[in-house]
Amino acid sequence: MQWYWLADYAPDFIEGLWITIKLLVLSIFFGMIMAIPIGLVQVTGPRPLAILARVFCTVIRGTPLLIQLWLIYYGLGSIFPFIPGVRESFLWPILREAFPYAVFAFSISVAGYDGEIMRGAFQGVPKGELEAARAFGMRGFTLLRRVWLPRALQDVFPVLAGEFVLTLKATPLAATITVFDVYGVGGMVRQETYRIYEPLLVVAGIYIVLTGIIVVFFRWMENRIPSTSAHRR
Amino acid sequence: MLEMLALSPPGWGGVLLKGLLNTLEIALGAYSLGIAIGFGGALGKLYGGPILRWILEIYTTLIRAVPELVLILLLYYAGTDLLNQTLESFGYERVDISGLAAGIFVLGFVQGAYSTEVIRGAMRAVPAGQIEAAVASGMWWSLRLRRIIVPAMIPFALPGLANLWLIVTKDTALLAVVGFSELALATRQAAGSTKAYLMFYVVAALLYLAVTLVSQAVFIYIERHYRRGQVARS
Repeated sequence: MQWYWLADYAPDFIEGLWITIKLLVLSIFFGMIMAIPIGLVQVTGPRPLAILARVFCTVIRGTPLLIQLWLIYYGLGSIFPFIPGVRESFLWPILREAFPYAVFAFSISVAGYDGEIMRGAFQGVPKGELEAARAFGMRGFTLLRRVWLPRALQDVFPVLAGEFVLTLKATPLAATITVFDVYGVGGMVRQETYRIYEPLLVVAGIYIVLTGIIVVFFRWMENRIPSTSAHRR
Repeated sequence: MLEMLALSPPGWGGVLLKGLLNTLEIALGAYSLGIAIGFGGALGKLYGGPILRWILEIYTTLIRAVPELVLILLLYYAGTDLLNQTLESFGYERVDISGLAAGIFVLGFVQGAYSTEVIRGAMRAVPAGQIEAAVASGMWWSLRLRRIIVPAMIPFALPGLANLWLIVTKDTALLAVVGFSELALATRQAAGSTKAYLMFYVVAALLYLAVTLVSQAVFIYIERHYRRGQVARS
């Protein structure tokens, strides 16, 4: 084992780490924004929407993320240049980069997996609490914001933490479409230094630390949320 | 458009199906290896001594905290290197490990960590009374395991194991990155040489989806079979 290269490549790894974190945070953010309605319409939505959401979750969960990523980057990416006007539009600088495609693919994946979890969460909120909220005159969005969503999120918090760790572990796939995240930087270092194991071990170490941070952060959040269900006492 | 999917050489259909077959082969092998490791690991975690338990804890924690893609590279190089060094030190020739064997070993080792946790949880869920009853009837450890613990734990383990099967079929796609010609890599080659990216990736996605849906149906059937002896929970 030789580590002489580590100092030279430390800035690259920090840059890669930054990209990994951006990728993770953006994907979770956009993914959860989609997951909440996807879960909700399966519980209360009109039938066609509910079926659509179900099909979406099944397709996303039934196909490998790598294929989804390549489908979006190579498949959609190969079509965009042929749409007249796209090259001149303000969107072109975004569509030319690999990073937005990665965020898009991971967001959709998060939406598919966590949409399914949110469905269970919305279903699991006790009927009485929703009835109580309605009795207070809350309806529609207020009911969702004040009672239904907080209660649902609270119940699936540990599950979501696990899902976010899985999302983190999926981010290295972005390196296959030329995004230089931690894993991508590790691959570059391996090619330039001809060291086989050491860069991979550094990459693995970084991911272990990141996983640890997510786990600790969510445990801390979980403890801050007052637990109301009887079985937790 | 569709003639590109023809089974014989100008079309890529045959290549894709061969890839699918490789995918299923690797998935099945890795899954079986994973369950074998998981079974041993669960027994070790539940009945083993402190050192064994500690080693297994590190194994399951590390494997579950590192991305599969990194593990695949690490295990692939480390595994083949270790094997060759061992062979050389005993005076044998270096061997080239087939993609299939390496893929099965790598994914199986990763699956083993997850299986260990699933099977350990299932074993713990077996009511203590049943095990005590077995002890009281004079069953020896191995007999108790074979007759009571394993059959009683299967219904508890099945949902988790079904999930792991779905995960491993999808994880085989990661092997494309190390260059095994399974479905994902075959698709990439087909898409790259015909430039029909969208169509080939959609076809590949549909093939994976079909595998998932068929597997789900099979697992529902198996689960119903194994749950027939269980008292329905209220």
